[in-house]
Amino acid sequence: MTRQIISTWSSVAAIVITSCAGDVLLSRAMKQVGDVGELWHRTGVLNVIGRIVRNPWFICGVLCMTLAFYSLLFALSWNDVSLIGPAAAALTFIANAIAAKTFLHERVDRRRWIAALLVAGGVILLAA
Amino acid sequence: MTFRKYLVLAGVTVCAAVGDSLLSRGMKEAGAISFQHLSSLILAILNPWVALGILLLLGFFASYMTALSWADLTYVLPATSLGYVLLALIARFLLHEQISATRWLGIALISAGVGFVTRGPELTQYPVEHALQEGATVQHQRTRAHD
Repeated sequence: MTRQIISTWSSVAAIVITSCAGDVLLSRAMKQVGDVGELWHRTGVLNVIGRIVRNPWFICGVLCMTLAFYSLLFALSWNDVSLIGPAAAALTFIANAIAAKTFLHERVDRRRWIAALLVAGGVILLAA
Repeated sequence: MTFRKYLVLAGVTVCAAVGDSLLSRGMKEAGAISFQHLSSLILAILNPWVALGILLLLGFFASYMTALSWADLTYVLPATSLGYVLLALIARFLLHEQISATRWLGIALISAGVGFVTRGPELTQYPVEHALQEGATVQHQRTRAHD
């Protein structure tokens, strides 16, 4: 019983940490690349894609997203979808708000906190 | 926020929700995949639902990256969470599944969250001395000088 609980929540933690790291890294990469619409207009689509895939933060971000995908697959093979899915999704919204504030220095004001909490709560209710 | 930016956010939302449901439908047809038969994973791509799902998820990734290039992560994520609502509505009106009161409440909460975040600014404006340490803003100024 306890082993089941530990395995469930450690896999949820693995998903949340990797997908959160992936989101933060990808967001950082895209802020460095700059406004894609504007760049596309000026330099063409191939140039934009080249700039994105050569960005080291982007490569790390994709790596983290791949890890997140595989941890989700492994978690789903051991546990119940109806618990893992919404738990990981809801916690990722909250973890992302903390990570974006800490690492990306985004201004996470009261409005954004309320939005993150509302969405996290809504995701849990949708799965209930 | 311009109309085109809202269109990109809609692209993120719709591609993720529809792509996921197509993949789920296709994978149910393809059957369970065991570690002994990983080759069936490659064959699964030949399933038209799976192929279309992958195409939409590529569209999701492209529009997600575009959105992150001009908006904060804490803006994009809640703003595109309407995809969960879209999934529930697809289940209700296309697959004729019943939606319980708790689920409707969940839909209401997510919609409220989306409404909240989209009424605020989409990008954090950094103070100048702080911005100079940030590669993004420096690059932005550099490209502006070119214009």
